[in-house]
Amino acid sequence: MKNEATQENEVMYEEGIVLTDAQKKSQRARNIAIGLVLGGLVVLFYGATVVKFGPEILQRAM
Amino acid sequence: MATLENEVLADQGVRISTATPADYFALLKPRVMSLVVFTAVVGLVVAPGDINPFIGFIAILCITVGAGASGALNMWYEADIDKIMKRTANRPIPSGRITKNEALGFGLTLSFMSVLVMGILVNWFSASFLAFTIVYYAVFYTMWLKRATPQNIVIGGAAGAFPPMIGWAAVTGNVSIESFALFAIIFLWTPPHFWALALFKKSDYGAAGIPMMPNVKGERSTQNQIFGYAFLTAAAGVMPWAIGFASTGYGVVSALLGAVFIKYSYDVWMMPSDSETNAPAKKLFGFSILYLFLVFSALLVESIIARVMA
Repeated sequence: MKNEATQENEVMYEEGIVLTDAQKKSQRARNIAIGLVLGGLVVLFYGATVVKFGPEILQRAM
Repeated sequence: MATLENEVLADQGVRISTATPADYFALLKPRVMSLVVFTAVVGLVVAPGDINPFIGFIAILCITVGAGASGALNMWYEADIDKIMKRTANRPIPSGRITKNEALGFGLTLSFMSVLVMGILVNWFSASFLAFTIVYYAVFYTMWLKRATPQNIVIGGAAGAFPPMIGWAAVTGNVSIESFALFAIIFLWTPPHFWALALFKKSDYGAAGIPMMPNVKGERSTQNQIFGYAFLTAAAGVMPWAIGFASTGYGVVSALLGAVFIKYSYDVWMMPSDSETNAPAKKLFGFSILYLFLVFSALLVESIIARVMA
Protein backbone atom coordinates (compact mmCIF):
# COMPACT_ATOMS: atom_id res chain seq x y z
CA MET A 1 0.00 0.00 0.00
CA LYS A 2 1.62 3.24 -1.15
CA ASN A 3 1.38 6.28 1.05
CA GLU A 4 0.19 9.67 -0.21
CA ALA A 5 3.66 11.23 -0.56
CA THR A 6 4.95 8.36 -2.70
CA GLN A 7 1.93 8.61 -4.97
CA GLU A 8 2.50 12.34 -5.45
CA ASN A 9 6.17 11.77 -6.34
CA GLU A 10 5.17 9.22 -8.96
CA VAL A 11 2.72 11.72 -10.51
CA MET A 12 5.49 14.34 -10.58
CA TYR A 13 7.87 11.89 -12.21
CA GLU A 14 5.35 11.06 -14.91
CA GLU A 15 4.66 14.73 -15.63
CA GLY A 16 8.37 15.55 -15.94
CA ILE A 17 9.57 19.12 -15.57
CA VAL A 18 6.69 21.55 -15.54
CA LEU A 19 7.66 25.10 -16.48
CA THR A 20 6.11 28.08 -14.79
CA ASP A 21 4.41 30.69 -16.94
CA ALA A 22 7.38 33.03 -16.55
CA GLN A 23 9.78 30.29 -17.66
CA LYS A 24 7.59 29.43 -20.66
CA LYS A 25 7.32 33.07 -21.67
CA SER A 26 11.04 33.75 -21.47
CA GLN A 27 11.88 30.49 -23.24
CA ARG A 28 9.55 31.42 -26.09
CA ALA A 29 11.09 34.90 -26.33
CA ARG A 30 14.60 33.39 -26.44
CA ASN A 31 13.52 30.91 -29.13
CA ILE A 32 12.11 33.72 -31.27
CA ALA A 33 15.29 35.77 -30.79
CA ILE A 34 17.53 32.84 -31.77
CA GLY A 35 15.31 32.21 -34.80
CA LEU A 36 15.59 35.82 -35.91
CA VAL A 37 19.37 35.83 -35.44
CA LEU A 38 19.74 32.62 -37.45
CA GLY A 39 17.49 34.03 -40.18
CA GLY A 40 19.59 37.20 -40.21
CA LEU A 41 22.78 35.16 -40.55
CA VAL A 42 21.32 33.26 -43.52
CA VAL A 43 20.56 36.56 -45.27
CA LEU A 44 23.99 37.93 -44.31
CA PHE A 45 25.96 34.96 -45.67
CA TYR A 46 23.78 34.75 -48.78
CA GLY A 47 24.37 38.44 -49.52
CA ALA A 48 28.09 38.17 -48.76
CA THR A 49 28.39 35.19 -51.11
CA VAL A 50 26.74 37.13 -53.94
CA VAL A 51 28.99 40.16 -53.29
CA LYS A 52 32.18 38.05 -53.10
CA PHE A 53 31.37 36.19 -56.35
CA GLY A 54 30.49 39.41 -58.15
CA PRO A 55 29.12 39.22 -61.72
CA GLU A 56 30.68 35.76 -62.15
CA ILE A 57 27.85 34.35 -60.08
CA LEU A 58 25.71 34.53 -63.23
CA GLN A 59 28.11 32.41 -65.27
CA ARG A 60 27.17 28.76 -65.18
CA ALA A 61 28.82 25.88 -67.00
CA MET A 62 26.39 24.58 -69.61
CA MET B 1 3.02 21.58 -8.42
CA ALA B 2 5.27 23.51 -10.73
CA THR B 3 6.70 25.43 -7.80
CA LEU B 4 7.38 22.21 -5.91
CA GLU B 5 8.98 20.81 -9.04
CA ASN B 6 11.24 23.83 -9.29
CA GLU B 7 12.26 23.51 -5.66
CA VAL B 8 13.23 19.89 -6.25
CA LEU B 9 15.20 20.89 -9.35
CA ALA B 10 16.87 23.75 -7.52
CA ASP B 11 17.95 21.33 -4.78
CA GLN B 12 19.60 19.22 -7.45
CA GLY B 13 21.41 22.25 -8.84
CA VAL B 14 19.20 22.40 -11.95
CA ARG B 15 18.08 25.88 -12.95
CA ILE B 16 15.55 26.84 -15.58
CA SER B 17 16.34 30.25 -16.99
CA THR B 18 13.86 33.09 -17.05
CA ALA B 19 16.30 35.36 -18.90
CA THR B 20 14.82 37.29 -21.80
CA PRO B 21 16.59 38.36 -25.01
CA ALA B 22 16.74 41.85 -23.48
CA ASP B 23 18.88 40.46 -20.63
CA TYR B 24 21.34 38.99 -23.12
CA PHE B 25 21.34 42.27 -25.02
CA ALA B 26 22.15 44.10 -21.76
CA LEU B 27 25.22 41.82 -21.39
CA LEU B 28 26.62 43.44 -24.53
CA LYS B 29 26.77 46.88 -22.82
CA PRO B 30 24.72 48.61 -25.54
CA ARG B 31 25.76 52.13 -24.56
CA VAL B 32 29.46 51.33 -24.87
CA MET B 33 28.67 49.44 -28.07
CA SER B 34 26.99 52.50 -29.60
CA LEU B 35 30.21 54.51 -29.17
CA VAL B 36 32.19 51.66 -30.72
CA VAL B 37 29.81 51.43 -33.69
CA PHE B 38 29.97 55.15 -34.32
CA THR B 39 33.77 55.49 -34.13
CA ALA B 40 34.27 52.33 -36.20
CA VAL B 41 31.93 53.69 -38.89
CA VAL B 42 33.94 56.92 -38.98
CA GLY B 43 37.22 54.96 -39.29
CA LEU B 44 35.74 52.92 -42.12
CA VAL B 45 34.28 55.88 -44.02
CA VAL B 46 37.29 58.22 -43.75
CA ALA B 47 39.80 55.52 -44.71
CA PRO B 48 41.23 55.90 -48.20
CA GLY B 49 40.01 53.33 -50.70
CA ASP B 50 36.72 51.64 -51.34
CA ILE B 51 34.89 48.81 -49.70
CA ASN B 52 31.69 47.20 -50.92
CA PRO B 53 28.93 48.74 -48.77
CA PHE B 54 27.57 45.30 -47.82
CA ILE B 55 31.03 44.08 -46.77
CA GLY B 56 31.49 47.39 -44.93
CA PHE B 57 28.22 46.71 -43.10
CA ILE B 58 29.47 43.24 -42.15
CA ALA B 59 32.75 44.74 -40.89
CA ILE B 60 30.86 47.16 -38.63
CA LEU B 61 28.56 44.36 -37.47
CA CYS B 62 31.57 42.19 -36.55
CA ILE B 63 33.25 45.05 -34.67
CA THR B 64 29.95 45.71 -32.85
CA VAL B 65 29.44 42.07 -31.90
CA GLY B 66 33.10 41.76 -30.88
CA ALA B 67 32.75 44.82 -28.64
CA GLY B 68 29.54 43.40 -27.17
CA ALA B 69 31.26 40.06 -26.58
CA SER B 70 34.04 41.72 -24.61
CA GLY B 71 31.33 43.51 -22.60
CA ALA B 72 29.73 40.14 -21.79
CA LEU B 73 33.11 38.68 -20.78
CA ASN B 74 33.72 41.77 -18.65
CA MET B 75 30.39 41.24 -16.87
CA TRP B 76 31.17 37.55 -16.40
CA TYR B 77 34.41 38.37 -14.62
CA GLU B 78 33.14 41.37 -12.66
CA ALA B 79 29.89 39.93 -11.31
CA ASP B 80 31.29 40.12 -7.77
CA ILE B 81 32.00 43.86 -7.89
CA ASP B 82 28.95 44.66 -10.01
CA LYS B 83 26.85 43.35 -7.13
CA ILE B 84 28.36 45.94 -4.78
CA MET B 85 28.11 49.05 -6.95
CA LYS B 86 24.71 50.78 -7.19
CA ARG B 87 25.33 51.68 -10.83
CA THR B 88 25.80 48.02 -11.82
CA ALA B 89 23.81 46.03 -9.23
CA ASN B 90 20.88 45.51 -11.60
CA ARG B 91 22.97 44.01 -14.40
CA PRO B 92 21.78 40.57 -15.56
CA ILE B 93 24.34 38.50 -13.59
CA PRO B 94 24.27 40.22 -10.16
CA SER B 95 20.46 40.36 -10.32
CA GLY B 96 20.37 36.60 -10.96
CA ARG B 97 18.67 36.65 -14.36
CA ILE B 98 21.69 35.13 -16.13
CA THR B 99 24.33 32.85 -14.59
CA LYS B 100 28.05 33.52 -14.87
CA ASN B 101 28.55 30.43 -17.03
CA GLU B 102 25.79 31.48 -19.43
CA ALA B 103 27.45 34.89 -19.82
CA LEU B 104 30.85 33.27 -20.35
CA GLY B 105 29.50 30.96 -23.06
CA PHE B 106 27.64 33.82 -24.71
CA GLY B 107 30.73 36.08 -24.69
CA LEU B 108 33.10 33.42 -26.00
CA THR B 109 30.71 32.35 -28.78
CA LEU B 110 30.18 35.91 -29.98
CA SER B 111 33.93 36.65 -29.79
CA PHE B 112 34.80 33.61 -31.86
CA MET B 113 32.03 34.20 -34.41
CA SER B 114 32.76 37.92 -34.88
CA VAL B 115 36.49 37.32 -35.50
CA LEU B 116 35.85 34.36 -37.80
CA VAL B 117 33.27 36.18 -39.95
CA MET B 118 35.46 39.31 -40.08
CA GLY B 119 38.40 37.21 -41.25
CA ILE B 120 36.50 35.26 -43.92
CA LEU B 121 34.39 38.10 -45.32
CA VAL B 122 36.48 41.26 -44.70
CA ASN B 123 40.19 40.62 -44.17
CA TRP B 124 42.34 38.73 -41.70
CA PHE B 125 44.33 41.76 -40.60
CA SER B 126 41.25 43.54 -39.26
CA ALA B 127 40.01 40.22 -37.80
CA SER B 128 43.30 39.79 -35.92
CA PHE B 129 43.06 43.37 -34.71
CA LEU B 130 39.51 42.69 -33.48
CA ALA B 131 40.67 39.53 -31.67
CA PHE B 132 43.53 41.48 -30.08
CA THR B 133 41.09 44.18 -28.92
CA ILE B 134 38.74 41.63 -27.34
CA VAL B 135 41.63 39.99 -25.47
CA TYR B 136 43.04 43.39 -24.50
CA TYR B 137 39.72 44.46 -22.94
CA ALA B 138 38.49 41.16 -21.49
CA VAL B 139 41.80 39.81 -20.21
CA PHE B 140 44.40 42.56 -19.96
CA TYR B 141 42.06 45.32 -18.69
CA THR B 142 39.25 43.44 -16.93
CA MET B 143 41.19 40.65 -15.28
CA TRP B 144 44.35 42.50 -14.44
CA LEU B 145 44.63 46.27 -14.89
CA LYS B 146 41.28 47.35 -13.48
CA ARG B 147 41.90 45.99 -10.00
CA ALA B 148 45.66 46.51 -9.98
CA THR B 149 46.45 50.15 -10.68
CA PRO B 150 44.87 53.64 -10.70
CA GLN B 151 46.24 53.91 -14.24
CA ASN B 152 43.69 51.21 -15.18
CA ILE B 153 41.57 53.33 -17.49
CA VAL B 154 44.59 55.13 -18.98
CA ILE B 155 46.10 51.91 -20.33
CA GLY B 156 42.77 50.09 -20.67
CA GLY B 157 41.37 53.03 -22.62
CA ALA B 158 43.26 51.74 -25.63
CA ALA B 159 40.64 49.00 -26.00
CA GLY B 160 37.95 51.62 -26.55
CA ALA B 161 40.23 53.53 -28.93
CA PHE B 162 40.97 50.64 -31.29
CA PRO B 163 37.55 50.43 -33.09
CA PRO B 164 38.18 53.32 -35.57
CA MET B 165 41.54 51.70 -36.40
CA ILE B 166 39.78 48.38 -37.01
CA GLY B 167 37.22 50.15 -39.23
CA TRP B 168 40.12 51.73 -41.11
CA ALA B 169 41.89 48.37 -41.39
CA ALA B 170 38.72 46.79 -42.78
CA VAL B 171 39.12 49.04 -45.83
CA THR B 172 42.89 49.35 -46.20
CA GLY B 173 44.12 46.08 -44.66
CA ASN B 174 46.65 47.96 -42.54
CA VAL B 175 47.15 50.80 -40.05
CA SER B 176 48.65 54.23 -40.69
CA ILE B 177 49.47 57.52 -38.99
CA GLU B 178 45.99 58.81 -39.90
CA SER B 179 44.23 55.91 -38.22
CA PHE B 180 46.58 56.34 -35.26
CA ALA B 181 45.37 59.95 -34.99
CA LEU B 182 41.79 58.65 -34.58
CA PHE B 183 43.05 56.25 -31.92
CA ALA B 184 44.87 59.06 -30.08
CA ILE B 185 41.72 61.19 -29.79
CA ILE B 186 39.79 58.48 -27.93
CA PHE B 187 42.82 57.23 -25.99
CA LEU B 188 43.62 60.67 -24.54
CA TRP B 189 39.94 61.52 -24.03
CA THR B 190 39.31 58.43 -21.89
CA PRO B 191 41.11 59.48 -18.65
CA PRO B 192 39.36 62.87 -18.19
CA HIS B 193 36.05 61.24 -19.18
CA PHE B 194 36.28 58.38 -16.67
CA TRP B 195 37.97 60.35 -13.91
CA ALA B 196 35.16 62.92 -14.05
CA LEU B 197 32.78 59.98 -13.48
CA ALA B 198 35.04 58.56 -10.76
CA LEU B 199 34.97 61.89 -8.90
CA PHE B 200 31.21 61.76 -8.38
CA LYS B 201 31.05 57.95 -8.04
CA LYS B 202 33.99 57.74 -5.66
CA SER B 203 32.12 55.95 -2.88
CA ASP B 204 30.79 53.33 -5.30
CA TYR B 205 34.24 52.50 -6.63
CA GLY B 206 35.64 52.60 -3.09
CA ALA B 207 33.02 50.11 -1.85
CA ALA B 208 33.87 47.77 -4.72
CA GLY B 209 37.61 48.05 -4.02
CA ILE B 210 38.48 49.33 -7.50
CA PRO B 211 41.60 51.54 -7.35
CA MET B 212 40.25 54.49 -9.32
CA MET B 213 42.39 57.63 -9.30
CA PRO B 214 40.28 59.68 -6.78
CA ASN B 215 40.26 56.74 -4.34
CA VAL B 216 44.00 56.12 -4.56
CA LYS B 217 45.61 59.51 -5.21
CA GLY B 218 42.79 61.74 -3.95
CA GLU B 219 40.51 64.27 -5.58
CA ARG B 220 43.11 67.04 -5.93
CA SER B 221 45.56 64.88 -7.85
CA THR B 222 42.72 63.60 -10.07
CA GLN B 223 41.54 67.15 -10.79
CA ASN B 224 45.12 68.15 -11.75
CA GLN B 225 45.46 65.19 -14.07
CA ILE B 226 42.05 65.81 -15.68
CA PHE B 227 43.14 69.35 -16.48
CA GLY B 228 46.43 68.13 -17.94
CA TYR B 229 44.77 65.45 -20.06
CA ALA B 230 42.24 68.02 -21.35
CA PHE B 231 45.10 69.79 -23.19
CA LEU B 232 46.33 66.51 -24.63
CA THR B 233 42.79 65.62 -25.73
CA ALA B 234 42.31 69.00 -27.39
CA ALA B 235 45.69 68.64 -29.14
CA ALA B 236 44.81 65.14 -30.36
CA GLY B 237 41.49 66.51 -31.62
CA VAL B 238 43.22 68.87 -34.08
CA MET B 239 45.84 66.29 -35.08
CA PRO B 240 43.90 65.04 -38.15
CA TRP B 241 44.12 68.59 -39.51
CA ALA B 242 47.75 69.05 -38.42
CA ILE B 243 48.91 65.97 -40.34
CA GLY B 244 47.00 67.09 -43.43
CA PHE B 245 44.36 64.41 -43.23
CA ALA B 246 41.40 66.73 -42.50
CA SER B 247 40.50 70.21 -43.76
CA THR B 248 40.99 73.58 -42.10
CA GLY B 249 37.24 73.62 -41.45
CA TYR B 250 37.64 70.50 -39.33
CA GLY B 251 40.69 72.07 -37.67
CA VAL B 252 38.64 75.10 -36.59
CA VAL B 253 35.71 73.03 -35.31
CA SER B 254 37.93 70.61 -33.38
CA ALA B 255 39.98 73.49 -31.90
CA LEU B 256 36.79 75.20 -30.66
CA LEU B 257 35.48 71.96 -29.18
CA GLY B 258 38.88 71.37 -27.56
CA ALA B 259 38.77 74.86 -26.02
CA VAL B 260 35.35 74.12 -24.50
CA PHE B 261 36.67 70.77 -23.22
CA ILE B 262 39.56 72.61 -21.54
CA LYS B 263 37.11 75.14 -20.05
CA TYR B 264 35.01 72.39 -18.46
CA SER B 265 38.18 70.71 -17.17
CA TYR B 266 39.34 74.03 -15.77
CA ASP B 267 36.06 74.23 -13.82
CA VAL B 268 36.78 70.77 -12.42
CA TRP B 269 40.32 71.87 -11.57
CA MET B 270 38.95 74.88 -9.65
CA MET B 271 36.30 72.81 -7.87
CA PRO B 272 36.86 72.39 -4.10
CA SER B 273 38.22 68.90 -3.54
CA ASP B 274 35.59 68.21 -0.89
CA SER B 275 32.72 69.31 -3.14
CA GLU B 276 29.48 67.58 -2.20
CA THR B 277 27.69 68.09 -5.49
CA ASN B 278 30.62 67.58 -7.88
CA ALA B 279 28.63 69.66 -10.38
CA PRO B 280 31.64 70.62 -12.58
CA ALA B 281 32.70 66.95 -12.79
CA LYS B 282 29.18 65.95 -13.86
CA LYS B 283 29.17 68.70 -16.49
CA LEU B 284 32.56 67.63 -17.83
CA PHE B 285 31.41 64.01 -17.98
CA GLY B 286 28.35 65.02 -20.01
CA PHE B 287 30.29 67.31 -22.32
CA SER B 288 33.06 64.77 -22.88
CA ILE B 289 30.55 62.43 -24.53
CA LEU B 290 29.28 65.26 -26.71
CA TYR B 291 32.87 66.28 -27.55
CA LEU B 292 33.81 62.87 -28.89
CA PHE B 293 30.57 62.60 -30.83
CA LEU B 294 31.03 66.03 -32.45
CA VAL B 295 34.72 65.58 -33.33
CA PHE B 296 34.08 62.25 -35.05
CA SER B 297 30.89 63.62 -36.65
CA ALA B 298 32.91 66.48 -38.13
CA LEU B 299 35.36 64.00 -39.66
CA LEU B 300 32.50 61.87 -40.96
CA VAL B 301 30.56 64.76 -42.51
CA GLU B 302 33.70 66.15 -44.11
CA SER B 303 34.60 62.80 -45.61
CA ILE B 304 31.08 62.25 -46.98
CA ILE B 305 31.04 65.73 -48.54
CA ALA B 306 34.47 65.10 -50.11
CA ARG B 307 33.24 61.80 -51.61
CA VAL B 308 30.07 63.39 -52.96
CA MET B 309 32.01 66.27 -54.51
CA ALA B 310 34.65 63.99 -56.06
